[in-house]
Amino acid sequence: MTAVLSYEAILADRDAIMRASVGIDYQHYVTGVLAFDYERLLADTGYDIPRTQAVQSRTGVGNTPLIELHHITSLVRSLAAPGKGARIFVKDEAANPSGSFKDRRASLSVHEAKRRGYEGVVAATSGNYGAAVASQAAKAGMRCIVVQEAFDSQGIAQPEIAEKTRACEAYGAEVIRLSVGPELFYMFLCVLKETGFFNASLYTPYSILGIETLGYELVGQVQEQTGCYPDLVIATHAGGGNVTGTARGLHKAGAIGTKVVAASVDLAGLHMASDRDFNRKSFTTGHTGFSMPFTTWPDRADVPRNAARPLRYIDRFVTVTQGEVFYMTQVLAELEGLERGPAGNTSLAAAFSMAQGLDADQIVVIQETEYTGAGKHPIAQLNLAKQMGVEVRRGDPRENKPGQRIVIPEHPSQIAVLDVDLDHVRSSYVRHALQSTHAEQPLSEIDLDFLAAETRSSRNYVEEIANEWHRTTG
Amino acid sequence: MAEYIKKGTWVEIHRIVLAGGQRAPQVPVETQQVPLEMRVKGFLAQRASLGDEVEIVTSAGRRLRGMLTDVNPAYTHNFGSPVPELLMIGREVRTILGETGGGG
Ligand SMILES: Cc1ncc(COP(=O)(O)O)c(C=O)c1O
Repeated sequence: MTAVLSYEAILADRDAIMRASVGIDYQHYVTGVLAFDYERLLADTGYDIPRTQAVQSRTGVGNTPLIELHHITSLVRSLAAPGKGARIFVKDEAANPSGSFKDRRASLSVHEAKRRGYEGVVAATSGNYGAAVASQAAKAGMRCIVVQEAFDSQGIAQPEIAEKTRACEAYGAEVIRLSVGPELFYMFLCVLKETGFFNASLYTPYSILGIETLGYELVGQVQEQTGCYPDLVIATHAGGGNVTGTARGLHKAGAIGTKVVAASVDLAGLHMASDRDFNRKSFTTGHTGFSMPFTTWPDRADVPRNAARPLRYIDRFVTVTQGEVFYMTQVLAELEGLERGPAGNTSLAAAFSMAQGLDADQIVVIQETEYTGAGKHPIAQLNLAKQMGVEVRRGDPRENKPGQRIVIPEHPSQIAVLDVDLDHVRSSYVRHALQSTHAEQPLSEIDLDFLAAETRSSRNYVEEIANEWHRTTG
Repeated sequence: MAEYIKKGTWVEIHRIVLAGGQRAPQVPVETQQVPLEMRVKGFLAQRASLGDEVEIVTSAGRRLRGMLTDVNPAYTHNFGSPVPELLMIGREVRTILGETGGGG
């Protein structure tokens, strides 16, 4: 960096840097103290399904196969009550150019950056999205910088992130690798300010609208293969874009009755900003370390308003353990001949459990896979876990303890989702929203309706929580 | 007798962005105590030796300064040894499905 600006100076300049780097005037959509016009923010981009498909097909993004997992369905039925055990399908998103559904998000972001005349794109991501942006930027002839949280203070790289570093560099991107900590955001702002590049955030409207085609496509494919709509679509859930974009696409394809499930790996007890915990997580995404904070308060993102708003869309929120996901990753490889994952298989583990409770003629869709390879694989993660002193053994997955013990099930009947209490998540969201208003600005009717829409509840529900919150804080 | 690394060589630099003790207030103690470090790769702008303060030109065309720490840095992430706890899963589930473990 030519000029190194202080931490405080950069954070103080945050709003101006953001405005210049996303090209959206978020202020324009504000309708109340808390409320903003979410649908208009998305609609004003002009990307409906056909236009998004046109952009994506130009770089070979999307139109991934939907594969029925016959053997896994048989295994489910061998464990389920008579007449139970739904058919399980998976959408093989690993078939996208950079190996995950993140290409859908990156394609619209990069397309938009190019259209607006930016010279390059910057993304703050340690995951698949970095490779997706780098791949799209390469195709568009744009420069690309990816900022990663990559290694701990001992210099030990998280192997999955090391693989993303390699992939990004293979696509010709500059990769800034940082040690552990949320100050990554400061570096990200420094780079945006210095370069004037586009902020290819995971949370802009482009990044969410790009995923709608996933939900839209899968409805058509399920209908083609079965003549029905899917009963359950399960999405691996972290920052909330995956479930938001997919659910919107399902609705646009007319799958109104389809239930949407968000599934995360349970990482309770591990701190996301901890240098010590960093290499004891064994998962870099799809876990509760992201999904809990982002579901209870989406507007903690790197743009003023997050276009990923999961509580508007999810019918159920479940967790599975690290060991259960590793187990199912192995089952997918050996029974279905698909070596994929690891994080994307979170929804696979959830599907395996949930399908047992559904009727045999019902349909469950795991809405994505991701590519696998060196570093990005259960073997690499379990070897690292052992090196870090985490115990790895077979046993009852209920004994799994993130950071201390990874328990690989001994029998598939032990795999069972745990429900996150959505009511708890909703009230937590409302409290976060109220906290964000700072002063005693009274909420208008518009704000109450907005919060009700955000949480799929009612004005009464919101008012009750608000009253309770004012009693305990006031 | 420092060995010079030629201008234009693909290298990695290292820089301390925030010193230990000067981290963001919200980070836990174990993170607070250690520095925020940065590593970036690029082409060496001037011939130099390991440990020198140097400038690189990155893939995005930026000029960055830091300490020269590595030359043509290797990608060392891999799989490692097969994990015994995963090895039997395939056989077990095939047995449940009533198939034999071997070929077929
Ligand atoms: C393969 C895969 N699945 C799921 C997710 C979760 O998506 P989101 O962060 O939008 O919830 C990610 C994101 O990191 C991912 O890379």
